[in-house]
Amino acid sequence: MAETSLLVAAEDGDLPRVPLGDWIDTGLDWLTDNFSPVFDAISTGTEAGVESLRDALLFLPPIVFAVLLAVLGGVVRSVRFAVVSLLGLLLMISMRMWDPAMATLALVLVSAVIAVAIGIPIGIAAAKSDRISAVLRPVLDFMQTMPAFVYLVPAVTFFGIGLVPGVVTTIIFAMPPGVRLTELGIRQVDKELVEAGHAFGSPPGRILRGVQLPLALPTIMAGVNQVIMLALSMAVIAGLIGAAGLGGVVVTSISRLDVGLGFEGGLSVVILAIYLDRLTSAFGQRRGRLSGFPSFLSRGGTVGKAGLAASSRSADAVMPVGTDQNSPNRPAR
Amino acid sequence: MPAVHAEGLFKIFGRRTDEAVRRLGDGASVADVRELGATPAVIDVSFTVEPGEIFVVMGLSGSGKSTLLRMLNGLLDATAGRVRVGGDDLTTLDAKALRRLRQERMSMVFQHFALFPHRTVVDNAAYALEVRGMDRRTRRAKAREALALVGLEQWADAKPDELSGGMKQRVGLARALAAETDLMLMDEAFSALDPLIRREMQDQLLELQAQLGKTIVFITHDLNEAMRLGDRIAIMRDGRIVQIGTPEQILDEPADDYVAQFLADVDRGRVFTAGHVMVAAPAAVPLGAAPADVLTAMRAHRTGTVLVGDGNGGLAGVATEEAVRTAAESGAPSLVGLPLQPPVSVRTTTLLADLLTPAAQDEVPVTVVDADGRLVGVVPRGAVLAALGGATGNGRPVPSGTGSPHTAGATAVGTREAVRG
Repeated sequence: MAETSLLVAAEDGDLPRVPLGDWIDTGLDWLTDNFSPVFDAISTGTEAGVESLRDALLFLPPIVFAVLLAVLGGVVRSVRFAVVSLLGLLLMISMRMWDPAMATLALVLVSAVIAVAIGIPIGIAAAKSDRISAVLRPVLDFMQTMPAFVYLVPAVTFFGIGLVPGVVTTIIFAMPPGVRLTELGIRQVDKELVEAGHAFGSPPGRILRGVQLPLALPTIMAGVNQVIMLALSMAVIAGLIGAAGLGGVVVTSISRLDVGLGFEGGLSVVILAIYLDRLTSAFGQRRGRLSGFPSFLSRGGTVGKAGLAASSRSADAVMPVGTDQNSPNRPAR
Repeated sequence: MPAVHAEGLFKIFGRRTDEAVRRLGDGASVADVRELGATPAVIDVSFTVEPGEIFVVMGLSGSGKSTLLRMLNGLLDATAGRVRVGGDDLTTLDAKALRRLRQERMSMVFQHFALFPHRTVVDNAAYALEVRGMDRRTRRAKAREALALVGLEQWADAKPDELSGGMKQRVGLARALAAETDLMLMDEAFSALDPLIRREMQDQLLELQAQLGKTIVFITHDLNEAMRLGDRIAIMRDGRIVQIGTPEQILDEPADDYVAQFLADVDRGRVFTAGHVMVAAPAAVPLGAAPADVLTAMRAHRTGTVLVGDGNGGLAGVATEEAVRTAAESGAPSLVGLPLQPPVSVRTTTLLADLLTPAAQDEVPVTVVDADGRLVGVVPRGAVLAALGGATGNGRPVPSGTGSPHTAGATAVGTREAVRG
């Protein structure tokens, strides 16, 4: 595709052909020739990680684990959410989609954790430096808009067919919103608050941990939510290169023209997606009975405040510091 | 040693800043250096703040006053010039030493309060101490003390969102007080509050200042606020200080038309005090004086009332001419037993605005006493109105209706004593 458009350009303006594709091929060959031990190590580690996580997810009987997930949803969000998600998860079990679903979940979780672990520090760096931010923007655009199939292939040349290229492409595809929303969240923190930190002699690291990150947390959590959702959508595409799970189910059904199976696999993806989305967005929005992830981090106890808030107006009139209200002369200078 | 000393301070934003400083130093105008791509915010500013005074920097938005304040604690680097806080030259300190200086020597109060919304009120107030590394129990105890100073101790466990604007700024004040620094920088601290609350906060700041004796640099765009709070005021315009002086000096001798324009809006009744308009008290007659002699003296001075001393330096009361005449005609040997009117006393520090009612209502002259209750002067009735009209001033004679016509009182006219709480 890229080749034809360049050829057209050459005919139109007599521009010399830029052999970008050749360069990339050469570069990739060079990488595989020289760094294959590195790729092998990454490959082994990732595979072991994802597979052991999948085994852990399958350790409990499906129904018990589904109930546990539903209870988690109830704690974080609402009872209604718990009931609805339990119904969805039970449907997945009865469709015999539980095993591939857990394989996909393991792939999504590992990819998302790595994407977040890389993305948040990069986002923090971008928030602190305009230069880094400017350099990063086109890179993130590239990662998000480059058609995923294009880097699915080189991933296979590095890591072979299977799970690992799936994880790698998923990380690349899912990371940008984590970076962007972290940067946005930190930049949105009131400048005066950061200034207050500096004015009282707080070192920058302390301001980051004590002021900027806690206040940016809802936005960062929205980013984490987006990372997970993108990871899920990519994990299905990764089925094309042999990653197991729901993606594999969908790919198989397409090749067999088995509409029923495809629908069951697709519906399982939807159920998993909705569950993960509602669960993670509840963390970010300080909803549910957990009443705010931030208070978890800031160690501060929340105090009953409804009553206090109600009387706040009247208390403003209280004159403190022994003001002598009987004196006819205001004790000003 | 001055608390803060600024010398030849420049802050230029934009490009070619050093060149801009040099040209401004050579007398170039702001418009000239703008052509270089430089935006001067503070131009060649020098001043000294003495320990324990409230130094107000007053200017309209864009005059560079907030930029100036941020150079005093190093939030902004000076393009040229020096800032000394205590003995330390801020411009020579590295980042770590600068942080230490901020932790130990100065604190700041912000226009929009800048409270941390995720922390409780007490943890907000304890912030400076926490940064300094104080353990949790001690710093919370100190923060509660500071909250008690501003009357908010019962709100210690609330979150800032639950407080009204005035209360939030009191927490901001408590946070600065808890740091126990000598120097407090206040950046338009009361500008975001509505007028009544602002007034209350000003009173409170003055009371706290009387108790604690901090050095305060206070930024405002409100000249009335500047006059009310400031021991001295620096007026800024377009990055330069156009005048520094006490409120009275500025009212009396505005440096230029720009300053004079501002003064039109100043409420003189809230700047000048009884100490400014009083005249020396006529000698009080002792209780043992013969009524006939007193009457003669009163006629000689053409006064309708006379102060009667109690013999201990205090006042027994005020006798009217009629009462003295009656006593003289009845042949009384002394003033004892004379119907005396209680004296109306105000302090030297009482504002003219608060003097209007007693001065207008009573026939007897308003007497002025110092902090120890000793008589230092009287306020002639016409003097209050004359002062409000702009006729006061250091050393200028005040038209007097009663008493001896010499002006310089027992207390120096122009000093403004702090009220002891």
